[in-house]
Amino acid sequence: MFDVVVIGCGIVGSAIAYELSKYKLSVCVIEKENDVSMGATKANSAIIHAGYDPVPGSLMAKLNVRGAHLAKELAQKLDVPYDNCGAFVLAFRDEDVKLLKELKRRGDANGVPGLEILTGDEARKLEPTLSENVVAALNAPSSAIISPWEYCLALAETAVKNGAELKLETELISAKREKDYWSLKTNDGGIDARFVINAAGVSSDKVHDMMAPHSFDIIPSRGQYYLLDKCECQRAKRTIFQCPNELGKGVLVSPTVHGNLIVGPDSEIVEGENKDTTAAGLAFVKEKSVLSVPSIDFRNSIRNFAGVRARSTSSDFIISYADGAENFIDAAGICSPGLSSAPAIGEYVVELLKEKMTLEKKDNFICERKRTKLKALNPEERAKLIEKNPKYGHIICRCETISEGEILDTFNTPIAPRTVDGVKRRVGAGMGRCQGGFCGPNVVAILAKAMSVKETEILQDGKGSYVLTNKIGE
Amino acid sequence: MYDLIVIGGGPAGMAAALEAKKNGLKKILIVERNKSLGGILNQCIHNGFGLHYFKEELTGPEYANRFAKLVKETDIEVRTDTMVLDLTKDKKVHMASSTYGYKVEEAKAIILAMGCRERTRGSIGTPGSRPAGIYTAGAAQKYVNIDGFMPGRRVVILGSGDIGLIMARRLTLEGAKVLACIEVMPYSAGLNRNVVQCLKDYGIPLYLSHTVTEVRGKERVEQVVACKVDEHFNPVKGTEMVFDCDALLLSVGLVPENELTRSCGIEMNDKTRGPVLYDNCETSIPGIFACGNVAHVHDLADNVSLEAIKAGAAAADYVLNNAKRPEELLPINLEKTANYRGEPEGLPEGVSSMVCIVCPNGCMLNLDYNQKDENGLPKITGNKCKRGIEYAIKELSSPERVITSSVAFKGPFEDFEAKRCPVKTDAPIPKSKIEEVAKKLKEIEIDKPVSVGDIIVSNICGTGANIISTGSF
Repeated sequence: MFDVVVIGCGIVGSAIAYELSKYKLSVCVIEKENDVSMGATKANSAIIHAGYDPVPGSLMAKLNVRGAHLAKELAQKLDVPYDNCGAFVLAFRDEDVKLLKELKRRGDANGVPGLEILTGDEARKLEPTLSENVVAALNAPSSAIISPWEYCLALAETAVKNGAELKLETELISAKREKDYWSLKTNDGGIDARFVINAAGVSSDKVHDMMAPHSFDIIPSRGQYYLLDKCECQRAKRTIFQCPNELGKGVLVSPTVHGNLIVGPDSEIVEGENKDTTAAGLAFVKEKSVLSVPSIDFRNSIRNFAGVRARSTSSDFIISYADGAENFIDAAGICSPGLSSAPAIGEYVVELLKEKMTLEKKDNFICERKRTKLKALNPEERAKLIEKNPKYGHIICRCETISEGEILDTFNTPIAPRTVDGVKRRVGAGMGRCQGGFCGPNVVAILAKAMSVKETEILQDGKGSYVLTNKIGE
Repeated sequence: MYDLIVIGGGPAGMAAALEAKKNGLKKILIVERNKSLGGILNQCIHNGFGLHYFKEELTGPEYANRFAKLVKETDIEVRTDTMVLDLTKDKKVHMASSTYGYKVEEAKAIILAMGCRERTRGSIGTPGSRPAGIYTAGAAQKYVNIDGFMPGRRVVILGSGDIGLIMARRLTLEGAKVLACIEVMPYSAGLNRNVVQCLKDYGIPLYLSHTVTEVRGKERVEQVVACKVDEHFNPVKGTEMVFDCDALLLSVGLVPENELTRSCGIEMNDKTRGPVLYDNCETSIPGIFACGNVAHVHDLADNVSLEAIKAGAAAADYVLNNAKRPEELLPINLEKTANYRGEPEGLPEGVSSMVCIVCPNGCMLNLDYNQKDENGLPKITGNKCKRGIEYAIKELSSPERVITSSVAFKGPFEDFEAKRCPVKTDAPIPKSKIEEVAKKLKEIEIDKPVSVGDIIVSNICGTGANIISTGSF
């Protein structure tokens, strides 16, 4: 019997588990995929929003600003790539300027620091690549960028280090309320829990309906992106949004913490977790983005991807005890700014739990995490590191400069990778301009050895995504 | 302090270092990221190399081996398994290696010879799902030729670059079914001869002016949709073809790998995507030279070697004579020559065509049966040399091919060790015997060590030809 079971280990589930692991509780997180951060968390704009967008007084407004504040601290403690690069929201017409003023008003009300409206020329001075057609910009210096999957992983790892149990490849099939606990049936046996928290992202309506009377729907909303090579990173020093107006939400152009340029997304309602890219969607993104930054060279695109936002029929986040079910909390409909809000959602859920149980803090909570990164070291440090362990001198991923030693390190972490993309998310191998063309075969070999399985059993990412079909002659 | 550091030990780097040595440089270092010299040639186990440079047809590993042997005969220092991480304007080279540790070496001159990489799905923006089973042709080549694994059982190839064409044949010989090769241009990107000997020989259709418009399959490729394109490369509705397959290989172009070049502030050429090069292969920083595919993508390894010789000589001249670079830029021809545009149309009755595959020229031969000679052979025209006539006559009566493939090494293996030995027939064998030979090779396992030229199987399948190793391990 667990005190709390969290369903789903994306950024929301991991942030909740992280917060719960500070207390003397038995916690279990179940995740249907073979890794954490497999839903919207691994495919989004990777922005920690300043908090000028949500309507003052909403849960979104409150949790966004608080979450953005916590993210900075967590990123530092847990060694998550994070950059407080700031953001602009661009206006191209006088009507847009009115909207900028509205955004500033909201931001001021939400407690966002440092907001100011710049003229087009002032904006171009700070961001010389901006289009001549920009007439004004809202400057949001507290906006930041982060590595979303590393953030999720760091929170989940910390939860596990502090005693939480993570069950991967474990999917909820049904739930039954016993006299004073929940009996959860999964593909991997039963789990009993006093409290259940729904952090199932795009599936959170389905999970809700297993436990409580129907009360909301998820409307999966797909967004498509371009990721460009590092040689394009000089196109934007900060995140550049377009002013949302009646013509659409606009697309962003932003640096990433890994030194690339990200461009996107569009927004389209889709059935379920449809992460396909489309020619029309990508063309839209391309066309809109050059309105902000005309010089983007799409020849340097290294990847297209799509993510599915877990938007719901509610205009705000749904974080509360569900009506008609006991001890069951939804953390659902967490679309943007969900990534920014995550740690505050964790705190908020704990507050909800405190209404029904007494929580006592652990006195030995571990909140630190450090990864060896060859690339980040100076020459003397690199020399020392390689001398100590020559595996750090063997570069596997040439585009991102990731050594064998760094990949091997991941197998000694609380949540070891099981797939090629699992390695990519942890160390960055295969994330660069050749997209694993050179390092892929070697990563497959390393995984096979570390997991003591055949190369043909190695997966690229999700279940069934085997990299190789057979050995020659088989 | 080295006279010269050459970054990259492939065909460009080795030829450049050898030439610099020949021209009087004393202390030379080649830095190579792989376990052995040769670069990408070691996985290019097919033949077609060396026709210009060595005047004989070699496989990639054989071509690499010739140069590696020459390097070994000199006092040129070689650090393999060593990756250059940084290069500075003042010619300090930072390198990481599990064998040599982290070292910063300085040189009077630098030659950049890092080669190129393949364009990926991301750079061409192929829409659809993003399952496993989509690989660049070169990555597939590594899996098959070095590691001994198949990337798919039913494969579609997008792009008709030479590596894609070569992989169509390799995958077929190793037991996969290649359903189609799809090319967006109205002509192949790869050589004529490769269209013939890699696609036509195996009945693999080539769809010119077509592209892949959608990838389907959630976790693993399940289908690929292809479409005809109009003159603006836009898909034409109603021309969709759906292929049931489990893999999609991409052979959609190469990009010079110039991250080090850019990081030390060398001026770049937007057209070639390599550095701006003066006529002696010198970059905008005096004393830093570039050659081979890092400078611009070459059609043939032979041409890489020739350019490298120029760079090697120039680097020596720079160090020994303080030579100034010329004003003129290196002329670079990015135009492709012998490309396959489909069968010639409108041939008169009694006339047919044939591509000569003897050399990369790939002459389109005309066979006129209206003008037969006394042996009943058609009049053959269109050949640039007499080998074309010989080829056509042979091809009409008893077509033959040299087969290049690989055999398994016996394990156990060290980490990252090659699991396959590249081999070839030491003489052409009848085309009709190819399948039988390919099948036979799958049953063979051999021990290391083995050297280039060692006989693995004599008189394979009664063809009279031997299977010989084309690599040394």
